[in-house]
Amino acid sequence: MSTAHQKLERHSLKFTIMILLVASLGGLFEIAPLFTIDNTVEKVEGMRVYTPLELAGRDIYVREGCYACHSQMIRTLKSDVDRYGSFSLAAESMYDHPFQWGSKRTGPDLARIGGKYSDDWHVAHLKAPREVVKGSVMPGYGFLADTNLDTDKMRAALVAQSRVGVPYGEEHIENAIKDTAAQADPEAEFEDEIIERYGEGINIRDFDGNRDRVSEMDALVAYLQMLGTLVEVDALKKEELVR
Amino acid sequence: MTKITENITALICSLLVLITGAIVVLYTSETGFLLHGWLMIFFSAWAVLTVVRRMNRPLEPKSLEYNDEVIKWGVLGCLFWGIIGFTVGDVLAWQLAYPDLNGDLPWTNFGRIRPIHTTAVIFGFAGNALMSTSFYVVQRTSRARLAGGYLGWLVFGGYNLFVLLAVTGYPLGITQGREYAEPEWYADILLLIVWLGYFWIYMRTLARRTEPHIYVANWYYLAFIVVIAMLHIVNNLVVPFGLEYTKSYSLFSGVQDAMTQWWYGHNAAGFFLTAGFLGMVYYFLPKAANRPIYSYRMSIVGFWGITFLYLWVGSHHLHYTALPDWVQILGMTMSVILIVPSWASVFNAILTLNGAWDKVRTDPAIRFMMVAVLFYGLTTFEGSFMAIKPVNSLSHYTDWTIGHVHAGALGWVAFITFGSMYKMVPWIWKRDGVYSIRLEAWHFWLALTGTFIYVGAMWNSGITQSLMWQTYDGEGNFLYSFMDSVDAMHGYYIARAIGGLLYLIGALIGAYNIYMTVQGPRKAPQQSNNLPVAAGE
Repeated sequence: MSTAHQKLERHSLKFTIMILLVASLGGLFEIAPLFTIDNTVEKVEGMRVYTPLELAGRDIYVREGCYACHSQMIRTLKSDVDRYGSFSLAAESMYDHPFQWGSKRTGPDLARIGGKYSDDWHVAHLKAPREVVKGSVMPGYGFLADTNLDTDKMRAALVAQSRVGVPYGEEHIENAIKDTAAQADPEAEFEDEIIERYGEGINIRDFDGNRDRVSEMDALVAYLQMLGTLVEVDALKKEELVR
Repeated sequence: MTKITENITALICSLLVLITGAIVVLYTSETGFLLHGWLMIFFSAWAVLTVVRRMNRPLEPKSLEYNDEVIKWGVLGCLFWGIIGFTVGDVLAWQLAYPDLNGDLPWTNFGRIRPIHTTAVIFGFAGNALMSTSFYVVQRTSRARLAGGYLGWLVFGGYNLFVLLAVTGYPLGITQGREYAEPEWYADILLLIVWLGYFWIYMRTLARRTEPHIYVANWYYLAFIVVIAMLHIVNNLVVPFGLEYTKSYSLFSGVQDAMTQWWYGHNAAGFFLTAGFLGMVYYFLPKAANRPIYSYRMSIVGFWGITFLYLWVGSHHLHYTALPDWVQILGMTMSVILIVPSWASVFNAILTLNGAWDKVRTDPAIRFMMVAVLFYGLTTFEGSFMAIKPVNSLSHYTDWTIGHVHAGALGWVAFITFGSMYKMVPWIWKRDGVYSIRLEAWHFWLALTGTFIYVGAMWNSGITQSLMWQTYDGEGNFLYSFMDSVDAMHGYYIARAIGGLLYLIGALIGAYNIYMTVQGPRKAPQQSNNLPVAAGE
């Protein structure tokens, strides 16, 4: 070993190439197959792309760094399932660019937070967490309610999404800006159009309790309220989900 | 490369950044991007002016000395970002204990400023420490002057511009949302270009060496440079909204994205925070103790073991998740085996001190290095342990992970950096020694006490948290609500913040000590053999 190495360490370029070869094996064997092995991501019903308003909410979730304290990944452990609901499927984050599974639970997991609390609860909690949950260490996000959502950006957002492989079509992209505002405004007349484009069961309502504007709060609450609600996990047979 | 082509390359690179900055300023409507455009213009205009002024000067005669000037700026950058990173870290710690400190403004909230802490410490503090010491070590162990001339300055300047773009972007909400890879696409491209320059300088300096063998410290620095480049490129594959937007979406999604991110994330620890710093150990420890490295064979086993194994272990961040089981098991297995090369390095370093143990008592710099190696041993053991799935079911998502990371960052990375800096600063500024050994010892004890308090608090809080989450009563209901576990953290969070504060005070004393060392008198000139044999073009 030593003599062979003594030769290798006399050549800087050979040495560098050797490092690259040895170091690339891990990724090649662990990451590359995840793209090719079929059952890595389960085939389940219910998964759909995010509506532009939900996507805008998700971008705010990423922007504010919520993932620093909240996970979106219910593990297969009993204590996780009992507390947060059925364990998360790979399919449930198949349209998540980037993934937001998180690495820390300073606050609780949010993978199935959708529908568990009312919109009003979320708005009040986001504005002043300690007035709703005593002892919470979460920062307040009242400024979201005072900030108009930048809906103009959502066209570019959907284009970028479709470029990374999320199945948004021409129609989605053409109507992105209109759909963003319309989902938060039940009086707008595009309800049917949104349902036609994104499917049944889309929450169409004023989320932040302020009808005068479409705020960042609208978007974030719309996102939170759909988290983990797309796939009817309890109806799935567990054997089918063995990875 | 001749002086002329070198200057032209430098000029073209700076002009490219200048043009990019100008385009950004003209087209974007985002405040944050506008600020970043101006920062790019300011930095690159400065570089262009300097290069042009240099081109007008007559060619200087060949320098026969090592190039230590750029290293001095690296030391400054290391201390500057270190103080910022530690301060922000401690502010975050107090925010968790007293959440009203968040101020509830967008740019003061925990979520936005946490990456300032991680980026300032990892890329600012550790990155500048690695760059400066690697430039020092590669020259001495090759007995050759640093290659690339002015390019070294561009690499240093460009790198710190990257850190500046990153940390000024976060409070404004500019982030990719990937832990330890938060900077957006344009900052990532800048870092990539800078990194290629860094690699080029390193390889050219090695090519000039007059020693036939490449010394082991350089293996580690090389692995750091090469592997970080690979990780950086793959983990930052994104599609931007457009050139006028900062925001982008990652190319991969869901489970593949998670695996890529933690392959990156864990190897940022493995190659940014471990390999490069082992390079530091392999040079500064034997040099300071005046003892040869204990075993050549252990160096080889340690180096290739780490280079091979580390890249497999990222999946231990994803135990029991939607990642396929086979990847989890593979990651766990490799994590456990990783203890072997890790501890090979630990023993190699500790046994190197044989015959010089008295210096651990008298020289705080060596004490820093020795304790760093012990913390490295502790952290790698702990890491392998936490990667075992049942243990991970207890430790994951809790403060235990935070404690583990800080045992590594405070106890290992920063300790070896401070130890090496206390040696390198007097060497490059040609001073007799550090300004005050007493202050150096104060720094050591404050840092050690701070680390123990920090890590101890997080171990306790992490395990408490996890047990509270998993405890059932007789009827199968949870005994504690989530909020009960949050309430139970309060005392630990205060203790952690105090530990961090002690560490910060130690670092401030260290910075003062280094400042006074630089201000102090120069060493009496003497003829030494401290000259490179291959001395530039």
